[in-house]
Amino acid sequence: MSHAEDHPSTRRDFLYYATGGVGAVATGAAVWPLINQMNPSADVQAASTKRVDVSSLAPGTQLTVLFLGKPIFIRRRTEEEIAQGRAEDGDITVDTNARNPNAGESASAADENRTLADFSGENTGEWLVMWGVCTHLGCVPLGDGAGDFGGWFCPCHGSHYDTAGRIRRGPAPENLPVPTAAFVDEITILLG
Amino acid sequence: MFRKLALTALTAFALAGTPALAAGEGGHVENIRFSFDGPFGTFDQNQLQRGLQVYTEVCAACHGLRYVPIRTLSDEDGPGIPPDQVRAYIEQNFIEVWDEDLRDYRPATPEDNFPANDAAGAPDLSMMAKARLGFHGPWGTGLNSLVNGIGGPEYIAALLSGYNGHDEEMAGTFLYGNDVFPGGLISMAPPLYDGMIEFNDGHPNDVHHMAEDVAAFLMWAAEPQMMARKRMGFTAVILLLILSTLLYLTNKRLWAPVKRAAKES
Amino acid sequence: MSGIPHDHYEPKSNAEKWLHRRLPVVGLLYDTLMIPTPKNLNWMWIWGIILAFCLVLQIVTGIILVMHYTPHVDLAFASIEHIMRNVNGGWAIRYIHMNGASLFFIAVYLHLFRGLYYGSYKAPREVTWIIGMLIYLAMMATAFMGYVLPWGQMSFWGATVITGLFGAIPFIGDSIQTWLLGGPAVDNATLNRFLSLHYLLPFVIAGLVIVHIWAFHHTGNNNPTGVEVRRSSRKEADADTLPFWPYFVIKDVFALAVVLVAFFAVVGFMPNFLGHPDNYIEANALATPAHIVPEWYFLPFYAILRAFTNDVWVVIAASWITGGIVDAKFFGVLAMFGAIAVMAIVPWLDTSSVRSGRYRPMFKWWFALLCIDFMVLMWVGARPAEGVYSTISLIGSVYWFAYFLVILPLLGIFEKPLPQPATIEEDFKEHYGKSGSNGDTAATPAE
Repeated sequence: MSHAEDHPSTRRDFLYYATGGVGAVATGAAVWPLINQMNPSADVQAASTKRVDVSSLAPGTQLTVLFLGKPIFIRRRTEEEIAQGRAEDGDITVDTNARNPNAGESASAADENRTLADFSGENTGEWLVMWGVCTHLGCVPLGDGAGDFGGWFCPCHGSHYDTAGRIRRGPAPENLPVPTAAFVDEITILLG
Repeated sequence: MFRKLALTALTAFALAGTPALAAGEGGHVENIRFSFDGPFGTFDQNQLQRGLQVYTEVCAACHGLRYVPIRTLSDEDGPGIPPDQVRAYIEQNFIEVWDEDLRDYRPATPEDNFPANDAAGAPDLSMMAKARLGFHGPWGTGLNSLVNGIGGPEYIAALLSGYNGHDEEMAGTFLYGNDVFPGGLISMAPPLYDGMIEFNDGHPNDVHHMAEDVAAFLMWAAEPQMMARKRMGFTAVILLLILSTLLYLTNKRLWAPVKRAAKES
Repeated sequence: MSGIPHDHYEPKSNAEKWLHRRLPVVGLLYDTLMIPTPKNLNWMWIWGIILAFCLVLQIVTGIILVMHYTPHVDLAFASIEHIMRNVNGGWAIRYIHMNGASLFFIAVYLHLFRGLYYGSYKAPREVTWIIGMLIYLAMMATAFMGYVLPWGQMSFWGATVITGLFGAIPFIGDSIQTWLLGGPAVDNATLNRFLSLHYLLPFVIAGLVIVHIWAFHHTGNNNPTGVEVRRSSRKEADADTLPFWPYFVIKDVFALAVVLVAFFAVVGFMPNFLGHPDNYIEANALATPAHIVPEWYFLPFYAILRAFTNDVWVVIAASWITGGIVDAKFFGVLAMFGAIAVMAIVPWLDTSSVRSGRYRPMFKWWFALLCIDFMVLMWVGARPAEGVYSTISLIGSVYWFAYFLVILPLLGIFEKPLPQPATIEEDFKEHYGKSGSNGDTAATPAE
């Protein structure tokens, strides 16, 4: 088998492989945008964060905003609600996780792990921000002290949440989750 | 035969290329060498920011920009204004948008589009740079546009600098003489005068320069994706040229035995 | 399949045999792909593949655009801007779809004129030609409706003018126009149904394309000599033809790559050149643009439509004969559709026994004039319908009809054709034998 006989087939094959290869690259470059166009568009991506002005929120009242298609409860708690929440830290049995990414994944369900620090960094416990979506099957719980624990009550299947939004009775398995959030100035919370 | 015809076809094709050119008489528009002209052109961020200033301080009183999202002012391929400065810009200029849910006006956020503005009956400017033809082909052939581009921003700049003072009153409306506007009379009063805006970078602020800057800004407003488009054009053309070359060689090699057999027999 | 002797598909593996017994689809695809194709096809035979590519391109980009488009008069224009500004790569898909339509029509005109020059429409390929005409009509309907969807000024007013043509039909015209529009004028009802039909027709086109391919596979391809492939023996067939794969697949894909270089250069650097700036203005029923102009590929027929005005003698005659039923507007409509009809029946108008224009010395000049006429009509279709332009468009229209109805029938009688090659093999050898260097490469032939 002479060396000269091997050359032509190698050269011919190289050209075909090179053509096929570049063709595959061109096809891939063409196909990717066709797939990527279904990913969230720029306006949807811009809505992945939301700024909420809480300057007019009085203690003891709740602001509900739509974020990523679901309700967020922003409650400015009264002194009594904060005290009640902290007093009941030991009674939390159903879900002992804070469900608060701002406090860390393994934070316990203590009242102070549920609330948001204000712009100066102080966590007085007055700022409670949570998804208003019951962790049982997704209904929107009623607030303003509803239910047996002074917090929220879900009318669909009777889940009771306390003043820190923690599940106390009923079929819901988890505390109302807290979204990624932070104060970015004195009066504005950035969600997401 | 067909090679000749193909050449005729190509020329004639360019001739009919812009049916647009059937439209408008209008005055002569000078070609301006914008930074974004041509396949290698790019937007000049400083010029876009100056143009934004002209739009905000002069044009926004009557003209909306309803299709441009305010957050796109942060685009690197555009004005490149950092997001917190965009927020400051909204606040300083009291930009408000109509909220359907509130049935009222509220302060704009970067996620909103610039407000629409129909109060004075002035056309929205979002697409204006693409909605006007600056360069009319010789006798409708479209060759002028092929060489110089559509000329939308040039038309805008020429119009803003083209007031000639031959104003008239017609049917109760006061019309201003303009060299560029089709018909020679436009209902918009001359919006620019020398030195009306102070630019932070000390750039010249005579009518001619301000007109160019706002025209460049409006070109970006109409086509924010221009830089990405040209990059894609380059990538596609180069990739396909390589592919064409390889396919040419493949084809040649494939047909070689067949053609040789024809030659030898 | 085409009656040309060739190797047929033989299922080899057990899986192939299993499937072949139940549904011979692999065999069908294999025979289609390997069909013996005349060796001497030149570069005017690439446009079929370009057209097929364009159809797929338009369907794929179109389906994606519909994911983001809203077919309502208040939201359509804004949804196009949403696609251009917000959707990832949306601007690219929109520009490709927009310019893809132009590429589609460039290819179809080159494909069509190839057929006219080389006599591809002559027996036994008349059905292929008729189906091609149907595809062309469906393409025009699709393109027209697609252009309305962005709801710009030209979208709206172009739709108003063209649907208004149906109102020119005597007696039943107004009812037809109202039925088409879904109301007294172009409005939301019209927009919605145009989206539905614009989505539907390309699939009808795809079906017609399959039948079109079936038809010319059955008769066999035409070739530049117009001389048929020899079918009496396997040896002769092999001398005249090459299997479609790989020879013509690679050749066509190479041509496609070159065409795409030009296409992406346009999309990347001058995507709005072939369009009309007025379509970047939102539709306004109260403000008519100074000059309503259709897209470039409709211009020749638009010129013919506008050419026949009240003062043209044939219009006056027609009006007198029909007692006023046929007026200038209706005459123009008839002329416009007639221009396509007359092209469709060309297989029966051309009396020459010689198929290919290569060997028809007198025909070549008239055909060249037809091509120039087409370009002139295209140019004048965009000009205002007045003065010298009216005259030019009339002359151009008259020549178009004269070519098909007078010149072609007469040429067959009076023309003395040039000698044609006896076989395709002879033509191929002649082309490569003397000119020499085309076949030389360094590679040794496979043994």
